[in-house]
Amino acid sequence: MVIYGVYIVSKSGGLIFNHDHNVPKIEVEKSFNFPLDIKLNYENKKVVVVFGQRDGINVGHVLTAVNGIAVTGRELEDGRDALEMLEQPENFPITLKFGRAKMTTNEKIFLASMFYPLFAIASQLSPEPRSSGIEVLEADTFRLYCFQTLTGIKFMIVAEPSQPGMEILLKRVYDLYADYALKNPFYALEMPIRCELFETNLQTLLETVEKSGISNV
Amino acid sequence: MSRTGTKLDAKKVNSELFTLTYGALVAQLIKDYENVEDVNKQLERMGYNIGIRLIEDFLARTGSGRCYDFRDTAEKIQSGFKIFLGITPSITNWSPAGDEFSLCFETNPLTEFVELPDNCSNLKYCNILTGVLRGACEMVQMEIACWFVQDQLKNDNVTELRVKFIKRLEDAIPAGED
Repeated sequence: MVIYGVYIVSKSGGLIFNHDHNVPKIEVEKSFNFPLDIKLNYENKKVVVVFGQRDGINVGHVLTAVNGIAVTGRELEDGRDALEMLEQPENFPITLKFGRAKMTTNEKIFLASMFYPLFAIASQLSPEPRSSGIEVLEADTFRLYCFQTLTGIKFMIVAEPSQPGMEILLKRVYDLYADYALKNPFYALEMPIRCELFETNLQTLLETVEKSGISNV
Repeated sequence: MSRTGTKLDAKKVNSELFTLTYGALVAQLIKDYENVEDVNKQLERMGYNIGIRLIEDFLARTGSGRCYDFRDTAEKIQSGFKIFLGITPSITNWSPAGDEFSLCFETNPLTEFVELPDNCSNLKYCNILTGVLRGACEMVQMEIACWFVQDQLKNDNVTELRVKFIKRLEDAIPAGED
């Protein structure tokens, strides 16, 4: 029973709110000898595992630290290049930490605005007239639920596929939005929601749903 | 009127407090503008800004769907008055084309303790309501016009609010809605 996150997209397609709720943290630290038996590559400003999946280090994971020193991009904090270091035998044995890449805010904004046309396309592709857009998008590890209000705001929840009652939860989130975002006189419509009351109430709601199910909200 | 927790249980607010707060607002506007016409305009504008937010609260609470007929709209506006002001205005005087109707208020919490002084005979005391309706309808892609034709404060028997449908805002209808 896990809810991964909540997103709100405005009428014009911009991400105005996102909340990472319960994203499991995946991190594996392991020491290696020369030569390295994992194939690493530098892509999208990250050092990524491209082949050689084992011990919980999966393809697609990102190198986050070398010998306990954090890696940003391909550089260590002290300025050394991580990939060059791994080619030199004298640096071994070496401890590497891998983890799943975190989405940056920019990536989230990008993805949210990608969903906007997908939603519209879905309603146009439909064989039936007057179809809605995407309401549920299912994958093997998650389900994305989307609820569009009559005014055009989209509420989205990403949750585990087995999590029930998400449609009802979306309406509850809409309630909270109407109460704590819109009644806040300092909140301007269409702008990112930075309302503490909204956030805390949302957090409480999500926790209640995870603990005791949708019937108690 | 906020709520406790996430329950749809509206926290009751004393209507007198509301009446007096609104009175203070109007009195302040009259001081600030001196010209009654400007006050009417300001009230309408404030109402509009309230309406574009209040509609979300209405939709979230009632879960109502889109209107495909102006008669639906009239009923929903009526239920909105019930929710937010605790009154049920009657729907009357339909135009033959079905694009115009009147809301008649026997009682109106906004005007509870109010009498208009002589120098304010042009003041539309409740003009904020016209703005609220216009703003709320605009957010659900309906352009309407709204004005008072009778006012109990001006010695009419009832307060009558006329609502006229102008057009659907087709461009603004969100994808997957129509």
